[in-house]
Amino acid sequence: MGRKLLTEHINVEGIDTLEVYRKHGGYRSVEKALKTMTPDEVVEEVKKSGLRGRGGAGFPTGMKWSFLAKPEGVPRYLVCNADESEPGTFKDRQLMSKLPHLLIEGMITSSYALGANTSYIYIRGELLYVLRILEKAIAEAYAAGFLGKNILGSGYDLDLHVHPGGGAYICGEETALLESLEGKRGNPRNKPPFPAVQGLYARPTVVNNVESIAAVPVIVNEGGDEYAKIGVGRSTGTKLISACGHLNKPGIYEIELGLPVEEFIYSDEYCGGIWKGRDLKAVVAGGSSVPILPKELILKTAAGENRLMTYESLSDGGFVTGTMLGSGGFIAMDETTCIVRNTWNFSRFYHHESCGQCSPCREGTGWMEKVLHRLEHGHGHMEDIDLLVSVAKQIEGNTICPLGEAAAWPVAAAVRHFRHEFEWHATHAKEAAQPGAVYRPSGVLV
Amino acid sequence: MAKITFDGVEVEVPDGTTILNAARQIGGSIVPPAMCYYTPLKGSGGKCRACLVRVAAGSAKDPRPMPKLVASCVTPVQDGMVVENTTSEQVLNVRKGIVEMLLINHPLDCPVCDQAGECDLQNFAFEHGVSTTRYQEERRTFEKIDIGPLIQLHMTRCILCYRCVYTANQITDNRVHGVLGRGDAAEIGTYIENIIDNDFSGNVIDVCPVGALTDKTFRFKQRVWFTKPVNAHRDCPKCSGNVVLWYKGKDVLRTTARKDQYGEVKEWICNECRFEKKETSDWTIEGPAHIDRSSVISANHYELPVLNQSVIADLPESTQRDLEKNPPLKLGN
Repeated sequence: MGRKLLTEHINVEGIDTLEVYRKHGGYRSVEKALKTMTPDEVVEEVKKSGLRGRGGAGFPTGMKWSFLAKPEGVPRYLVCNADESEPGTFKDRQLMSKLPHLLIEGMITSSYALGANTSYIYIRGELLYVLRILEKAIAEAYAAGFLGKNILGSGYDLDLHVHPGGGAYICGEETALLESLEGKRGNPRNKPPFPAVQGLYARPTVVNNVESIAAVPVIVNEGGDEYAKIGVGRSTGTKLISACGHLNKPGIYEIELGLPVEEFIYSDEYCGGIWKGRDLKAVVAGGSSVPILPKELILKTAAGENRLMTYESLSDGGFVTGTMLGSGGFIAMDETTCIVRNTWNFSRFYHHESCGQCSPCREGTGWMEKVLHRLEHGHGHMEDIDLLVSVAKQIEGNTICPLGEAAAWPVAAAVRHFRHEFEWHATHAKEAAQPGAVYRPSGVLV
Repeated sequence: MAKITFDGVEVEVPDGTTILNAARQIGGSIVPPAMCYYTPLKGSGGKCRACLVRVAAGSAKDPRPMPKLVASCVTPVQDGMVVENTTSEQVLNVRKGIVEMLLINHPLDCPVCDQAGECDLQNFAFEHGVSTTRYQEERRTFEKIDIGPLIQLHMTRCILCYRCVYTANQITDNRVHGVLGRGDAAEIGTYIENIIDNDFSGNVIDVCPVGALTDKTFRFKQRVWFTKPVNAHRDCPKCSGNVVLWYKGKDVLRTTARKDQYGEVKEWICNECRFEKKETSDWTIEGPAHIDRSSVISANHYELPVLNQSVIADLPESTQRDLEKNPPLKLGN
């Protein structure tokens, strides 16, 4: 059984209230940091912990913090990115609705480390009920003196605001999030300048994922070195994985990084295997935007080693035979899944969510969706398969923000690993257009 | 100052200059195309991705290449930067892709479009695109909308460069139009059928790179290459009054602001100059307007040819005397 650092008390009755949360050791990190540590010491602990951004990119959090520009007399901001909207990822929602005080505690400790006196939680607009939970918790924290002026007599002031988004996936991109928070249309900004230099209201800003911030209290309480002992290599600590799809026990699991993928899928402690006794076909390991991998490659790397749930092991082999840990949205698909239909579904999402600012993404996402729609519905041709790869390549790397890549990678990877299915859709248009038709080497399954 | 190498040519520019503007200082065919960037409009650029270039060395301090192509219009130079534009196969291929993307939802009906002949997208596609299309699906279309009595919006042609939005933000006191919707359903619109009504609204026509915003007093009166551009000015209480009049015979068909060689407006003009003063007697004529870029508009031009001294020496004496009285214009005048 792995250690649970974030979710240890998640099922305790009333843990969303300050009183119960305090009883289980809550807000210790605020007391420790504000009373016994300087902000730089907190940053140092986070650096030592090796914590990497849990929102998807996996950039070391401590390093991100140390990049923050600190000009004299200019306010700095910490913004928590709670705009979790990647298909397959639903870990932050659970964390915030069950343990709102953990996030608030993390926000206070992190804001102290960064010297921010105003911080924001930008929450996905659809999660209005979570926003209410957070606001209630924030009011409790204000009343208990953990927020506001002169917190715990330390002389440090902090105001914390929750701001709901308007329902756009793109606002999970950090600069689009900042634009939206400023009250503008959520279009990603051109970089440079980076948010660490010119972020919210053109002031130095750090944007962190909910789970990254929630890990900070643990790191401050136990020490960065202690935290870094969990995990493998540069993937330290624990990670929330939201497992969904054709699993016996889908749900949110806190795992120690380094857990073998095979154990995660098949052991009874975690997902408990594939449902209805079927065979696993493919896995999208980190939210819909990371490349899909077939069973053989998700369980073992191309070199034949066991694939582990770490940033490095999942990306072993690059995009040719690997994928990414991403945000931890683990989607398992059994043998009855049509990969073309699934890819079309993902593609439809990115087409709908492209902000329309830069041309490759605005036009390319729609184009890919239309071609995939055609293939899935029995109007495709063999040339369409190469066309898809070519369009994906035209988008990838040429856009303002990573949504372009997020749209291109799943399509490119699906064709890379499941080309025979696309070809079957093109050559057997009539059968493929039947509802529920799935290609199998042994014959069609309808 | 920062020294950069652009396509093998060294140029020294002030710190903070963008790569595109550094390239424009060199000039010529190596300058990356720009469909959305517009120097007079702060914050414009970075959207169309037409100007993507490869940075082969980031700076003298950190000479690693940048991992992705960068938009030259919004990326500032660093001392010692090495940039590849026309010398990079990758850049040229990506640019072909950008043309394709911009054209998949753009109607290919230049013969009936009022912008043809002075359309940035037409030039861009001609210079960098491929002649076939791989797009089979239905194109996005919109009804034409009259935004006010003077300007017509045809979203079908729009490439969402945002220039008109920045123009309204920065040179008028009240912006009533903007981008609605997102993705390929995004459109320029005046929210709930507003009309654009202010003294400088006509400038959105000049900044529009395509035929999405057109002058209703000129629409379909004449193909632009049959009209003659003439520089003129008047005393205007609202603007500089420096304009270009477009003549057909002795009629002034339209008035536009003066543009530089990259199609960027030099001085904004007011709606009175643009839409109301359409008599030669309203204006002081300066002479033929020079068009730098190769364009059909330069054909049949009034402007005297630019001749160099060795050519002039071979001309008959009488012609030489005429030339002395009316010296030929130099490039850039």
